Amino acid sequence: MKRNSKQPLEIVIPIKMKDFKAGGDGAARIKQVLQKIGFPPDIIRRVAIAAYEAEMNIVINSLGGEIKATVSTDVITIIARDYGPGIPDIELAMQEGYSTAPREIQEMGFGAGMGLPNIRRCADRMTVESKQGQGTTITIEIYNR
Amino acid sequence: MPHYFFSWEEYVLLKLREVKELLEAEVFTGEDKLDLEVESGFGSDLMSDVLAFARGKVILLTGLTNNHVINTATMVDAVAVVFVRGKRPGPELIAAAEKIGLPLLGTRFIMFSSCGRLYQAGLKGCSELRVGENLAGETDEEK
Repeated sequence: MKRNSKQPLEIVIPIKMKDFKAGGDGAARIKQVLQKIGFPPDIIRRVAIAAYEAEMNIVINSLGGEIKATVSTDVITIIARDYGPGIPDIELAMQEGYSTAPREIQEMGFGAGMGLPNIRRCADRMTVESKQGQGTTITIEIYNR
Repeated sequence: MPHYFFSWEEYVLLKLREVKELLEAEVFTGEDKLDLEVESGFGSDLMSDVLAFARGKVILLTGLTNNHVINTATMVDAVAVVFVRGKRPGPELIAAAEKIGLPLLGTRFIMFSSCGRLYQAGLKGCSELRVGENLAGETDEEK
């Protein structure tokens, strides 16, 4: 890896609401970039899974948003930001099995209340900030070590 | 990269060719990759569970045939996907899998029977893999 950690690489991917077809493309793109740079496979895997869940969260639950990955040699940061409606009770949403997704989402293999817990499982650090009516920002940090 | 190790005495790797025979499966794409080996299995229609718990050189069994199966398989570096209970992927899905070199198989057996057949042949579930040890029993830290 020759990339200078002072000049991190940034990947920004806009996410549309209810675009189930494109959902996952952003995470796949981030994964490709990390593979090209040459990060260890288990780091790539954790980033890819966290990014994919965050991306699907935006697709399923929000009015749209974006995923921004900032890549340096030491840490990969993913910021998933959406335009609302916001999470009323973050603590509840972090619990495995808690979901507000309708049945058709569950039939696609998501919406079983595993999204945020899965992200937490992959992340070294994770913060969720949400304001009702304004949106949610999830910040995920995965250290390369 | 972490090493995975089965706590079982017999460590069974199955070739996709053997999986195909055991499940009397049809190959939708990846006929040229049947010599690839799998070391663990995961059966689920819930992609979040796959993302959370699949590990190792895993073969994914599912009854879902949407594009998220391919995405999920890619994220967990699955070796191949088997569609159970006679589900058939659409041409778009087959094309997408072909593009990334992910073999897709299909079996008429239901999930329970499909998993049972592979397990009986010695393939273990992902939960039986122990992280951080290789076949010699060394941990990543010890090396």
